[in-house]
Amino acid sequence: MLRWLPEDVSTFGQEIDSLFYLIYYITGVTFILVTVLMIWFLIQYRHREGRRATYTHGNTTLEIIWTVIPAAIFITLSFMSVSTWAKVKRNAPDSDFELGVAGKQFNWEIAYPGPDGKLGTEDDVKFDNDLHVPVNKVVRVHLASKDVIHSFYLPNLRLRQDAVPGRTILVWFEATKPGKYELPCSQLCGFGHSGMKGWLFVHTPEEYKKWAEENLAAKPQ
Amino acid sequence: MSDTVAADAAHAAHAHHEELGFLRTYVFSTDHKMIGRQFLFLGLLMLLIGGTLAMMIRWELAWPETAVPGFSFIPEPYMYGGIIPPQTYNALFTMHATIMIFFVVMPIMVGCFGNFLIPLMIGTRDMAFPKLNMLSFWVGAISGVVMLASFLVPGGPAASGWTAYATLSAKAQYTGVDWGQDLWIISLMILGASSLMGSINYITTIVNMRAPGMTYFRMPLTVWSLFITAILLLLALPVLTAALAMLLFDRTLGTSFFLPEGGGEPLLWQHMFWFFGHPEVYILVLPAMGVTSELLSTFSRKPIFGYHAMAFSMIAIAFLSWIVWGHHMFVSGMNPLLGTAFMMTTMVIAVPSAIKTFNWLGTLWGGNIRFTAPMLFALGFVSNFIIGGLSGIFMASTPVDIFIHDTYYIVAHFHYVVAGIIFALFASVYYWFPKMFGRMMNEKLGKIHFVLTYIFFNGAFFPMHFLGVAGHMRRIYNPTQYEFLQPMQQWNVFITVSALILGASQIFFLYNFFWSLFAGKKADRNPWQANTLEWVAASPPPHGNFEVQPVVYRGPYEYSSPEVKEDWLPQDKQLGAGVAARAH
Repeated sequence: MLRWLPEDVSTFGQEIDSLFYLIYYITGVTFILVTVLMIWFLIQYRHREGRRATYTHGNTTLEIIWTVIPAAIFITLSFMSVSTWAKVKRNAPDSDFELGVAGKQFNWEIAYPGPDGKLGTEDDVKFDNDLHVPVNKVVRVHLASKDVIHSFYLPNLRLRQDAVPGRTILVWFEATKPGKYELPCSQLCGFGHSGMKGWLFVHTPEEYKKWAEENLAAKPQ
Repeated sequence: MSDTVAADAAHAAHAHHEELGFLRTYVFSTDHKMIGRQFLFLGLLMLLIGGTLAMMIRWELAWPETAVPGFSFIPEPYMYGGIIPPQTYNALFTMHATIMIFFVVMPIMVGCFGNFLIPLMIGTRDMAFPKLNMLSFWVGAISGVVMLASFLVPGGPAASGWTAYATLSAKAQYTGVDWGQDLWIISLMILGASSLMGSINYITTIVNMRAPGMTYFRMPLTVWSLFITAILLLLALPVLTAALAMLLFDRTLGTSFFLPEGGGEPLLWQHMFWFFGHPEVYILVLPAMGVTSELLSTFSRKPIFGYHAMAFSMIAIAFLSWIVWGHHMFVSGMNPLLGTAFMMTTMVIAVPSAIKTFNWLGTLWGGNIRFTAPMLFALGFVSNFIIGGLSGIFMASTPVDIFIHDTYYIVAHFHYVVAGIIFALFASVYYWFPKMFGRMMNEKLGKIHFVLTYIFFNGAFFPMHFLGVAGHMRRIYNPTQYEFLQPMQQWNVFITVSALILGASQIFFLYNFFWSLFAGKKADRNPWQANTLEWVAASPPPHGNFEVQPVVYRGPYEYSSPEVKEDWLPQDKQLGAGVAARAH
């Protein structure tokens, strides 16, 4: 089933995917075990004339076992998840590459710092839906929304964050492979929600430099 | 207690003399059994509507922007010669979820079976407040009418999802839906009043009106589940009503509870909605769990495994359900530190669910299992719940949720849990139909219905996991607009074909239900040889339920007890001469 996971080109995707795989194996084994037991019981203990069911009200030892084991597994999974979650959502690394993304019905408005080198000023250079970044570079995105809640979703980077009107949320990623990746909105945002998408272009440093020279400098606003 | 018995006897005697007219028997009835039946018919009607909406949604996802057969009569701009436009698509899934949750599962599992079963199973003549009970149904029916009326207003019905996230839902300009969303809010506020009346009634009845000898830990697990559900309803619904009132004020009076331009906070809606919404999930699933426990024990001819563990795990779920709402909001912009906390509580609430599943297995072990139609559906519920429970662990882990949030993985998960309740619902209908209507349903048709429903339910919902793994977003109108989803489109077609057959298979149920209503075999008092008190009463029970006030001597699941020759031992059956002396 997991072969359908989109290709991962992020620095933290591996950690997310390995948790995904771990839970997949744990639940898969549990599923097979429980299902086999159930089918076995259903066949073995099907109604037969003259047989009487075992008269029992339970077993305390069993109750303790099947309370403690799942609890231990769940708590372990929680602790294993904490560091990855913190890495993706809480501790964004520093970077000199910052840009703004704002959701608006039904486009992503991408903003690069203008000649003043600062984001959120008059001279920002803006594009609709096309997000260009260099490969192997930490990108810090200041995510906002101009109307309703949208969700910034990069399946290939295992990244998703809602864009909420009234606040700016910092998200980060580092793409490890040049290419063109889809950037859909993944939160219902109105009748144009389906089809609200952009593209993330990950360039080699040279290509990015070329693109930046052509588009960022030559587009005064 | 003896006072209660005397009062009951007096009431029963009184009831026999009173001739009620048509209106008071079938329409404005205060009899809990008639109110239960009314809720059942309301729920089944809504199930047809909600199911039809689901079929339209599936058609659009498999064959986007093609005409849905048979729907060309719907005028523009709602549909174009049968083709669903995006706006209508959003309305379809919004109303599908709203109807299925609030007008199918709640009316049938809580409204119908709660009403019908609580007084019968605890051995009393009616609910504590019969008039309030009647009012609860009719207020609920009005709420349904308001919800259905929203299909007919200009702009169409609500289209902001059943979760109605602000700011999308808070301003008409964002969705283009004006009256439809207002009616949606008003309908759910009215329904909240109906649920409150019902839950107060259930709690009061269970606390005060149990038959002599019916201690809390002799109550059937169905009653336990409905008791806990009623408490959750009482506490959760007012939160939704408050949030809905704030949303309505934002839309109509110009307040800014959820609108940032006026100083409001969109995430406040999500917090309030899910503070209601997560207990709501357990409101939906607990009665299904109770019924499943009941049926597994009855048809395994074996006491339920771990009765106390079953009751206490439901109590644990009831407490924990208040502190897990944030797991719906991991990527909402809520402080990520809170995400970690909610992950922990969510992992903890998975434990009681696991305990229940293992105890169901324990019940089957060593049984003498009778595969009747209700038993098959109860087993179907367990099978679905195993899948739905396990898939929930993925999204409980915050990092994994980053990827699968708002994808079809979630859609698969909650359909296995919430749509899986339909198996418990069918199980209940097949099981209690003889008590409700005095006739048996056809077993053979019931089994055909089960096999088809089970296969095509899994055909419809299991592949949704695959779509989710591929990153397929939920609530999108046309998946072929996305390049990365194109290799998965075949699965959308597979799911839709399964869903259409699943829908068509329900004809076996409808035919069986209505045919049996008039021509089914007459039912005995206790056709399943079950122990609980409802089987002591006539089928169907008269007004006042019991000819003689039953007295309870033991727990509800004494099957295959060594004390008696037959493999069941009713709760009210006296054993031995010594016991007989203290009965009266």
